[in-house]
Amino acid sequence: MPVAPDLSGRTYPPTAPYAVGREKVREFAAAVGATHPVHHDVEAARAAGYADVVAPPTFAIVVSQRGLDQLLADDSAGIELSRVVHGDQRFTIERPIVAGDELQVAFGVTNVRALGGNAMVSTEARITDADGALVATASSSLVVGADA
Amino acid sequence: MSATDLEVGQVVATRDIHLSRESLVRYAGASGDFNPIHYRDDVATAVGLPGVLAHGMLTMGQAVQPVVDWLGDPGRVVDYQVRFTRPVVVDADAGADVTVEAKVGQLPGDGTARIDLTVSFGGQTVLAKAQVVVRLP
Repeated sequence: MPVAPDLSGRTYPPTAPYAVGREKVREFAAAVGATHPVHHDVEAARAAGYADVVAPPTFAIVVSQRGLDQLLADDSAGIELSRVVHGDQRFTIERPIVAGDELQVAFGVTNVRALGGNAMVSTEARITDADGALVATASSSLVVGADA
Repeated sequence: MSATDLEVGQVVATRDIHLSRESLVRYAGASGDFNPIHYRDDVATAVGLPGVLAHGMLTMGQAVQPVVDWLGDPGRVVDYQVRFTRPVVVDADAGADVTVEAKVGQLPGDGTARIDLTVSFGGQTVLAKAQVVVRLP
């Protein structure tokens, strides 16, 4: 099934809150080689002015994945994971994510264009905290291949 | 470092990163991205890839760390973008060796700097337009 022609502009309802756990931050930091003490040590994080351990800059992808999952689960969108290649990724960060945050994602498709035989689907995930303040915006382009 | 200590083109950090299959499994678990092309040779081959690949987001996540360490505070990263242009094939035995060079790309004069990353594997760059905007101390 091809990418839905009316996909551009489609938005999805805000996701259920994602609770950022201290051990998840440490686990993600270890996986990306983030060794700074503020990622691991609560006292070091507090001494640096943070409420708790600080997630690495790309941790927002874990949260925005909850938004992407809505698109992949939307049968009418015509996007199958097996045909998707990650084209580009950008994070615009208003403040670092810290353990204890409860984050929601508002996810939408901002543009669709043809790229050879493929479709380039641009998406945006706006991540907000429990107060409704914007924490980060994750923008990505997915190259969706034609049917094999 | 402040903006007055920096000049465009200056290299601020370099790093050699070794990725093994364990690195990929660890990242899969930490991130929740369990696409099997990142840990199963048979699946990678079946979909026409040259081998098991590192997650693009693993390469992106690792590549910014020398900049964070140079800054001394991850909270100073305000924007980070990359384009994924070539795959990093991670051999089951030898792994993959990726190099990162971070240099000053632009100093707009507003207390920020744009740091440009050159991320290479096997002599070729694997990320394009890899740019980190940071607030300088």
